[in-house]
Amino acid sequence: MKPQHLLARIPVTVRRQSLLIDLVVILCGLAFFFGMIQLGTYWMAQPMPEVLISHSVRALPLYACYSLERMGIAYLLSLIFAVSYGYTAAYNPRAEAWMIAVLDILQSIPVLSFLPPVMLAMMALVPGHQLGIEMGSILLIFTGQVWNLAFSFYSSLKSIPREMIEAARIYRYSAWQRFWQLEMPFAAIGLVWNSIVSVAVGWFFLITCEMFTIRPRNFRLPGLGSYLQSAASADPVDTHALLWGLGVLVLIIVATDQLIWRPLIAWSDKFKFEQTESASRVTSPILALLQRPSALTRLPARAWTACEERIYRRLSKTRDCRVVQPIDDESEKGSKLVPLLLAFFAALAVLWGAVQAYRMLQGVTWPEIRLLLLGAGATYLRVAATLILGALWTIPVGVAIGLNPKLARILQPITQVLASIPATALFPVLMLGLIRLGGGLGIGSIALMLLGTQWYILFNVIAGAMAIPSDLEEVAALYRFSRWQRWTRLILPGIFPYLVTGMITASGGAWNASIIAEYFHIGDKTLQTLGLGAQISAATDSGSFSTLLLATILMATIVVTTNRLVWRRLYRLAETRYKLEG
Amino acid sequence: MQEAAIPSEGQTPASTSDAIIRAEGIEKYYAQPSQNRIQVISATNLSIVPGEIVALLGPSGSGKSTMLRMLSGLSTPTAGQVYWHEKPIANAEINVSIVFQSFALFPWLTVLENVEAPLQARGVSADARRERSLKMLDTVGLDGFEAAYPKELSGGMKQRVGFARALVVEPEVLFMDEPFSALDVLTAENLRSELLELWANKTMPTKAVFLVTHNIEEAVLLADRIIVLGRNPGHIRTDFRVQIPQPRDRKSEPFTQLVDYIYKVLTRPDVAPAAAPGQKTPIRDQRQMHYQMLPHARPGGIAGLLELLIDKGGRDDVYRLADDLAFEIDDLLPIVDAAQLLGFLQIEEGDAVITLTGTEFANSEILRQKELFRVAAVANVLLLRQIRRALESKSDHTVPEDFFLDMLDEQFSEVECQHQIETAVTWGRYAELFDYDAGHRRFVLPDAQDEEIAAAGEDE
Repeated sequence: MKPQHLLARIPVTVRRQSLLIDLVVILCGLAFFFGMIQLGTYWMAQPMPEVLISHSVRALPLYACYSLERMGIAYLLSLIFAVSYGYTAAYNPRAEAWMIAVLDILQSIPVLSFLPPVMLAMMALVPGHQLGIEMGSILLIFTGQVWNLAFSFYSSLKSIPREMIEAARIYRYSAWQRFWQLEMPFAAIGLVWNSIVSVAVGWFFLITCEMFTIRPRNFRLPGLGSYLQSAASADPVDTHALLWGLGVLVLIIVATDQLIWRPLIAWSDKFKFEQTESASRVTSPILALLQRPSALTRLPARAWTACEERIYRRLSKTRDCRVVQPIDDESEKGSKLVPLLLAFFAALAVLWGAVQAYRMLQGVTWPEIRLLLLGAGATYLRVAATLILGALWTIPVGVAIGLNPKLARILQPITQVLASIPATALFPVLMLGLIRLGGGLGIGSIALMLLGTQWYILFNVIAGAMAIPSDLEEVAALYRFSRWQRWTRLILPGIFPYLVTGMITASGGAWNASIIAEYFHIGDKTLQTLGLGAQISAATDSGSFSTLLLATILMATIVVTTNRLVWRRLYRLAETRYKLEG
Repeated sequence: MQEAAIPSEGQTPASTSDAIIRAEGIEKYYAQPSQNRIQVISATNLSIVPGEIVALLGPSGSGKSTMLRMLSGLSTPTAGQVYWHEKPIANAEINVSIVFQSFALFPWLTVLENVEAPLQARGVSADARRERSLKMLDTVGLDGFEAAYPKELSGGMKQRVGFARALVVEPEVLFMDEPFSALDVLTAENLRSELLELWANKTMPTKAVFLVTHNIEEAVLLADRIIVLGRNPGHIRTDFRVQIPQPRDRKSEPFTQLVDYIYKVLTRPDVAPAAAPGQKTPIRDQRQMHYQMLPHARPGGIAGLLELLIDKGGRDDVYRLADDLAFEIDDLLPIVDAAQLLGFLQIEEGDAVITLTGTEFANSEILRQKELFRVAAVANVLLLRQIRRALESKSDHTVPEDFFLDMLDEQFSEVECQHQIETAVTWGRYAELFDYDAGHRRFVLPDAQDEEIAAAGEDE
């Protein structure tokens, strides 16, 4: 460190083995490059109608690579889309309300309902290659990941403090500078945490999307998901392969957590918008290693700065950088023609879609509709049971962990990893257990849905318990509150906002999980029970698209209505009466 | 005092011809959802000429910050026009900076990067940027802190970075929005004198400084010209030049006289300022005030002020009172206003004089105080009277808050309506006139009286 920087206190560790780090980074880069080439040649190959999924353990690394690459591409697409969408929504007051409403609705539609139409569309788009199926699966994972990222970015943009926006205006920042120096950094923390959730959700759907049937075709993509599924549906069940597959999956998730998420969280501390240093910080040795200035990291930095300079010089001549743009510009910028045309075309598209849907729905008979409604009721009860059961065990455990700081520090990262392991991967194992126990899928599906969603509630309850201020606990101790009093006056109200957040996420997850949990192929049997999720899966399997459409509409309507009537109200209550800071 | 200040004839041709920024008839309205328009600033003319520090002084709610934003081009006036060297400001390439009350530093950039950022926006090359920024940091006294992050700095240092960033672009006009109010007294004093030094030595290429503040002493200390704003709606009450030569001594006679004069102006909002002959004060927009604006003061504060006054013999200069309490004007004026509204004191010539009822109030014990407060509130405050009457006349003795919000809406902005309700609730609860159920957002009668009325009803 140069002498004049002695007064700065940046935590940078100095290590000697710079060569080792550079080698590792180079090796990773080469592996990635080789993987992309391999993937490229495979994609461009002729689509083999029935890809044989090998059960040998030696095929696992390659399959894992494929799955990872799919996840990576889907995540990048989600990030770019979310940022663009959030940006447009935040800065176009006219379009804002619509865009957010659309986001809300799309978020409530179960992802797996999109499976057949997206797949078939992609196959039609790229008929000759395996690429079509790949694109379809990536797109499906994308639809599971993108909504909460978009919401997070949008709400970050809307909560930037006024004076910082004014500073950017008065000093004439270009939109580029404002984006990279104000908006992205401000949104960084939200994006990091939401990315963790998104990738976890992505794994959940990846496992299902890699192998499925749309009569009469069987679609299979080589990857971890199809490996696990085919091992489970083999006759007899290949437990050896199943366990190996699960092991590799858990390994990947733990590695992602340690090598990617923890360093990101530690790095994003830099963007925390607070005026003083906070006491507790997440540390990551990996981050410290990467932050060391080595030859490898300095090169791209220098190239980027040179590029940036040219961009800034070019931008300084634009109007944005020469004239101060008022913030409350009430004059309507630009012509009204473009948005009007867009609205017109959008209306046309919606109309065409509605006509097509109506035609499709005409094929549905009344008994089928009655069955769907019954199924909807059954699944609704199951989701409610899942939430109640989940809350019943996670609240005591979560509070116990959260109120004990030492325990919290050890267990919270573990719960984070547990929440990332996709329940869909564990389903086959659980199904086997269920079959052996002889239980029906009616109750068993609740267990499966619980497995997928209880971690969200636990995670949030722990965070809520940690956030209860210690002076309130001291009051409870001082006045010797009884256990009942302590729970009803301090703990439950204290964790209420976090509990509601957890329940909202769990509810959405439970509806999505019901599609898989209520209808399952194992061995050569098909287990199913009365429920809307089962009906959606069955319709996908048998290719009856009209039933699928109606069932999807029904599920989306129920989710959106519950959201508005129940969760929004609870959330508003949590924000006003139960908020801890004034 | 006549020597210390002379009213500035702001409209003489000589000064406006070289005005850097000139505002002509600017107004600001905010549209309400109920189709009413709340006028925040009434038609105002103002010019900023080179070579002077202008201070805009006024109580909260007078629209000082809005005025600053309109003059700097950040906000478009609803009516009227702002000119930059005689060109409309919306199309002109203006060169101004703002120093913010909350510093507005970017926490993820180092001090150096924060200062370099405006230069980056202007396309200055990396080396030139660095050199200029380092020099400016040296000027404000932060040499050695280039690589520090804002959260490692104290408040005073953060504001120095704010100054460095503002001055590195060599602005023609430097705007400051209450720059020292978030700092402790000593640091603020320090920075004020450094600012004066920079200005006096012409170390800054800035031609004019426009300072918005609510601190009277700060304005008199720094400014060459002081503009006092009134509120409801915001308008200029007086505009005069300060003739005291720099460096100014707080304890000197002309200084204290000028501060006293400004206090007088501020404590009598309904009286036109005395020492401004020949000054064309714009005609105030005197709408028929249906509701008096409740000053944001608590009954405890009023009681405290009255007790202090009795200690001083029933009469004291408002300026000295503020000094004794180490209060800012923003904190003292509402309490004085409230006591005046309730008839507990009167203002005579800048002195606060306690009335008979005020004396009784201050000398009583708490229950009697509540009673006296209740009587005075019902007699003098329309809003409280209405709430009480509405509650008494309804059979279930509750009234939703929205009922009164609707009526207040016509006179006050949305935020101010909420403040008025909050103040009314505080006063009503203290006086045991009524209670407020926050969960259901309704006014209710306090239980004891409720039973009383119920019992009285049963007796019939």
